[in-house]
Amino acid sequence: MEQWLKELLEFLPEKRVLTSLADRHSYSFDASFGEYLPDAVVQVKEKREVASVLKIANRFQVPVYPRGSGTCLSGGPLPVHGGIVLDMSQWPADINLRPRDLTVTVAPSVLTGNINKAAEEHGLMYAPDPSSAHVATIGGNLAENSGGPRGLKYGVTKDHVLGLEIVTPEGEIIQTGGQTIKNVTGIDLTKLIVGSEGTLGVIVEATLKLMPKPPAVQTMMVAFDGVRKAGEAISQTLTSGILPAKMEFMDQACIVAVENFQPVGLPVDAAAVIIIELDGHPETLRIERKLIEEIMQEVGAEEVIIPKSDEEAARLWHARKQVSPAIAKIKPTKVSEDATVPRSKIPDFMDRLQDIKEKYNVEVVAFGHAGDGNLHPNVLCDKRDVEEMKRVELAVEEMFQAALDLGGTLSGEHGIGTMKAPFMELELGEIGLEMMKRIKDSWDPNGIMNPGKIFPEKGQKLVLHK
Amino acid sequence: MSGLLKEKLNYDKTFDCVQCGYCLPACPTYETMEKETHSPRGRINLVKMVAEGKATVEDLKEPIEKCLGCMACTTVCPTNVQYGAIFEGAKEVIDEEEAKSKPKPRKLMEDFFFQSFFPSSKWMKSLGNATWIYQNSGLQKVSRRFGLTKRAPLHIHEFEAALPSMPSPKKRKDRASRYVRKRPAAAKVGFFTGCIMDSVFFESNQNTMELLLRSGAEVVFPEEQTCCGALHAHSGKIDTSIELAKQNIVAFEEESFDYIVNNAGGCGARMIEYDALFESGTEWHERALHFVSKVKDISEVLVEMDGLVFEKELQRTVTYQPSCHLRNVQKVENEPLELIRQIPGLTLKELDRPEFCCGSAGVYNIVNYEDAMDILDVKMKDVCGKNPAGVVTSNPGCLLQMKLGIEREGLSREIDSVHLVDLLMEAEPRPK
Repeated sequence: MEQWLKELLEFLPEKRVLTSLADRHSYSFDASFGEYLPDAVVQVKEKREVASVLKIANRFQVPVYPRGSGTCLSGGPLPVHGGIVLDMSQWPADINLRPRDLTVTVAPSVLTGNINKAAEEHGLMYAPDPSSAHVATIGGNLAENSGGPRGLKYGVTKDHVLGLEIVTPEGEIIQTGGQTIKNVTGIDLTKLIVGSEGTLGVIVEATLKLMPKPPAVQTMMVAFDGVRKAGEAISQTLTSGILPAKMEFMDQACIVAVENFQPVGLPVDAAAVIIIELDGHPETLRIERKLIEEIMQEVGAEEVIIPKSDEEAARLWHARKQVSPAIAKIKPTKVSEDATVPRSKIPDFMDRLQDIKEKYNVEVVAFGHAGDGNLHPNVLCDKRDVEEMKRVELAVEEMFQAALDLGGTLSGEHGIGTMKAPFMELELGEIGLEMMKRIKDSWDPNGIMNPGKIFPEKGQKLVLHK
Repeated sequence: MSGLLKEKLNYDKTFDCVQCGYCLPACPTYETMEKETHSPRGRINLVKMVAEGKATVEDLKEPIEKCLGCMACTTVCPTNVQYGAIFEGAKEVIDEEEAKSKPKPRKLMEDFFFQSFFPSSKWMKSLGNATWIYQNSGLQKVSRRFGLTKRAPLHIHEFEAALPSMPSPKKRKDRASRYVRKRPAAAKVGFFTGCIMDSVFFESNQNTMELLLRSGAEVVFPEEQTCCGALHAHSGKIDTSIELAKQNIVAFEEESFDYIVNNAGGCGARMIEYDALFESGTEWHERALHFVSKVKDISEVLVEMDGLVFEKELQRTVTYQPSCHLRNVQKVENEPLELIRQIPGLTLKELDRPEFCCGSAGVYNIVNYEDAMDILDVKMKDVCGKNPAGVVTSNPGCLLQMKLGIEREGLSREIDSVHLVDLLMEAEPRPK
């Protein structure tokens, strides 16, 4: 047995140090691509355990990959160089809510959806709402800087973090930020850690900002006969002085897929639909709803649908949620991308996607959080078809290029992980990436924290086939 | 890796899993065993690894054997992964591998249980009768006093304490096989007795038929019917389970029934999937489809026939523990609740997590006793939080397991566990 394993077993119960082949395989993947066998999986349940694990790992230069529920779509927790998967999911899920401060302090293992549930009991809300919130841990959300449909109005995870407690790669415990809304003391390490994808340390506690829960919501769905019109309707709405909580986009392929999968009565003839959710005071909602209806008529919408009941509204949102499983019926493998463009460029981006689809002869559908420019073009393919996967790689590469050409970014809410590392220099430039790397190297001199993520290795390319 | 093994392991079906992890919060064993290896996503991945030759059947054994097969994961899966097929395929492969290496006596014992014991109504009757003798001869008292049962293997003393009292062999023998009504019947029902249900819960079966009669149905139970095959399929004995399915299909073709009714969630779940056992286009597939189209749980039929009023007020609070196979496979969720709500005076407090398995799961609680008890502990916390006087169940396994849970909590004086049909009978149903 390796010396570092022996030392781990001195302070951790044997059942929380997993080394059987079955267990190692179980932590070799996430919801993205690729599988990498770790040497061991170590389940930690308190700060001092993390500190001890990192001290040993640092001394023996064994890589450590923090992992929550493994829902990551960019490869964040993949143990690409072997070593230790640090399973944070079994940590006791403490939620310490301070309603009068509108803050909450949580353990890294808490499921994000449960934070919002706890907040709702006090008439509050935790705004970030990634689709996986009922499964994903807040630790993972913080590391990857997750978003969600409500990001349009409320931003992503980093916009709601006041303070963190982290274990440094050398095994020291430090605090960043604090509990106050205003905090400008020194360099903002909190913002630096959030979204650093576990490359600078392990988040072991977080203090988050809560906000009053809007008293009412209003859903509406608008159908268009052209994708460009839908794009225009989005920018018209957003420049009109109204800020919806969500503005979700589905193209015709998605609409048809949902209707084939679980019919909800979506307009299958439409080239695109936008589903909007307004939130706020009921009186305001009435006015805003009318204004939006007027905007939609002006832009030339085919149809504006206002649900008559909460159930009907829920059905529309359910339809939006069904997109992912529905399109998986087109072909089994789904390469879900996350490129984001300035909002005015959505129609241009859609055109580029169409070109790419034809050029590489691949199935591409688009849906996503159009209100914030965060589209999810999905390439549907079959992992087992190597020739097809090679075409998909090229198509994805060109999608990223298209997003960057339009002034966009590689990731709106999924993070970089392994999937987008090869493209980092395209967005940041050589020096820009080098400055990030310098921060990484000074925090983690032995390079043990989540290696192989964010920063591409020499000559690294996107590989989707085996 | 041979193509045959890949096929048996449903390698192609594993690709439907996009590894999103949405199944994790639904899985009882992921919660109590605290690792991905005991989650649906982990198990599917391991099946794939074995099919690809990256892990061995031996590596797969424990994770698959510790799966309850409760299918809660399938109700939350966004891509409709056929977990049941993957699970059963893996069981079959493991069973075959074991058959090669297993020491003889254990194999013989298993063969006896699966090929002779469960499918035989004679054996099942004998089990019921033996239990009656045990309970009524003073043997039970004696063995409890001297702690004899504690020395029995497989924690039998715990289950023994939870058994209901048996009808006498005479009563069992005197049961008619057909209940015809004087007035024209509203429906003709073929009653599927179930093996355990008929041996250990004889009275519940009698009550089921009584409820059907009072609802206006004519009830027949074909003599040639046998075990549904669920236990066999879940233990990897697919071939035997197919034979049993054929026998049941033949038995219920004897007469033309409107419904084939059962009162055990596990049996019903098996029977509504009989068609999947045969290749489509074959004669057996057609016959299976015809059979499947009539299979209904007792609660569904009672709600559909809507022929009863309950006269007796039951002034107490109960909670309902749905059978996983009734809820997750047969998708019967509301009918039992609807019936419970029809009983005057009764207060129903629903569990916070009714979808969480109780840990019974066929023979799981016997084979994996410790693990089943960890799951039962989670369930009992929920149950005790409702402070009920009764737990209503819809499957014999769940019923026994809940009785055991109540015993373990030391609450057998405060809480009772009953099958839905027994509760309904207690409320004195009359034809409308």
